[in-house]
Amino acid sequence: MCVALPPLSAAQIMLLLDRFLGAHFFDTQAGGSAILWQHFFWIFGHPEVYILVFPAFAFANEIIPVFSRKVIFGYSVMVAASCAIAIISLSVWAHHMFSVGMAPAGNAFFAASTMLVSVPTGIKIFNWIGTMWGGKIRFRVPMLFSVAFLVQFLIAGLTGIMLGVAPFDWQLTDTYFVVAHFHYVLIGAIIFMIFAAIYYWFPKATGKMLSERLGKWHFWLFLIGFHMTFDTMHFAGMRGMPRRIYTYQPGRGLDTLNLIESVGVIFQAAGVLILLINVIRSIRSGEPAGDDPWDAWTLEWSTSSPPPEYNFATLPVVRSRRPLWDLKHPEDPDWKYE
Amino acid sequence: MSAASAISTGAMNLGPVEPTTLPSRGRVGIVILILTETVFFSIFVAAYVFYIGKSLNGPMPKDVLAPPILNTICLLSSSITIVLAMRALQAGSIRSFGIWWLATLALGGEFMVGTAMEWHRLIYTEHLTIRTNLFGTTYYSLVGLHALHVTIGLILILLVMVFTMLGYMDRRHAERTDVLSWYWHFVDAVWVVVFITVYIIGR
Repeated sequence: MCVALPPLSAAQIMLLLDRFLGAHFFDTQAGGSAILWQHFFWIFGHPEVYILVFPAFAFANEIIPVFSRKVIFGYSVMVAASCAIAIISLSVWAHHMFSVGMAPAGNAFFAASTMLVSVPTGIKIFNWIGTMWGGKIRFRVPMLFSVAFLVQFLIAGLTGIMLGVAPFDWQLTDTYFVVAHFHYVLIGAIIFMIFAAIYYWFPKATGKMLSERLGKWHFWLFLIGFHMTFDTMHFAGMRGMPRRIYTYQPGRGLDTLNLIESVGVIFQAAGVLILLINVIRSIRSGEPAGDDPWDAWTLEWSTSSPPPEYNFATLPVVRSRRPLWDLKHPEDPDWKYE
Repeated sequence: MSAASAISTGAMNLGPVEPTTLPSRGRVGIVILILTETVFFSIFVAAYVFYIGKSLNGPMPKDVLAPPILNTICLLSSSITIVLAMRALQAGSIRSFGIWWLATLALGGEFMVGTAMEWHRLIYTEHLTIRTNLFGTTYYSLVGLHALHVTIGLILILLVMVFTMLGYMDRRHAERTDVLSWYWHFVDAVWVVVFITVYIIGR
């Protein structure tokens, strides 16, 4: 984050100098370059996507083990994969710019680095599946959203590799295929994990459980709506539906696809509405949550729900990645094995 | 005993404990600041290098720029004087700290005066402003950005100088003052890059 954000600040200062002091950084009339702005923007813009998705990864790291009743699979490799993503993501920015006409060497470099970033990402998905493998999986609402996240994030990654191939990108850039790809990341991965996190930590934050029945309605409506809108969008994009354009000619094979996309939005909106109803109902008359409704292993679940205003009366000593497990099972603590 | 009460009563025993030490917050903060600033300057340097020789009209760098040798010597030697000042402070010798600190302030001040004179000449004699051409745009923004950082550093150094003259400084402030000296070293290091970019590669 410290490395990804300053380029945006720097580029914006250059833009301000252009606008208010008459400088020429991005002024093509005076020899400046709009392409340079694109480079600076995407040097920020692509790592930013990973900055957004990292919290979703963190939610998955907390939720999937608890609902699989297993420790996370390959913890140290997970950490290494996160570090690798953080570093490689700084060198992929120009895959947003294949169609501006870079030199072949540039295209090849950014295509290769884009492929490379999918390796640690694949490791993470593999390890989450490894965590679930052989576990006693409880399909409560946070876990449902997490499983959908795994599938959708995988598809988002696969279309990402497709778009990373420069010649393929030339065909599909600025179409709905790109829009579908990044909404699979932003909604299919990030928003789904935010929903999972809301259902997981709401009891801790408020002391009340969210309704499991309404939660399942929310999940299934949102899942169906999401796939109606964004699966279809891939095909509309491949048939030539441009992005950022709200209208199109009839009879080009886009009518039905766009209709399905629009109807999907109704399902998604209904799902979110149910979440809001669920939150309001639970705050008013929800089932009391207790300190530790999920039988979880991290220290927030050792406090009351909602937690007291101070942190801990005495600083707890943490000896393993599952301190609350150690406390619940003094005969079999994790720290003996880590 | 429930988990919650085990923690709140401090009865939680999760096994043997190894003592840990954390790095000081000031040092972590300045290292992160230096990291972000490095990236920030890199973008301006990249823009500068990208636009070398692309100005549509004069004046061109080779016609108007002369390497500011005296300025460079002053700024780089201020890194030495600030190290000597820090050594004196850590040894508890406030008087010698004050002398080296004042020297740092003077050398940094000379750098700003030199830069102001250079800009005055470029603007009024050579008629180069930020809107003249791409050279003017990139020159004033990169050198100006660095000069802004020198100015911020000088204000902070002046503040410490005032505290020293009022007799508030002692060895306990060595840690914080050292954090400021790291910033100053960073500003110096950036000047090396700016000097090479603007006055050697750029001419």
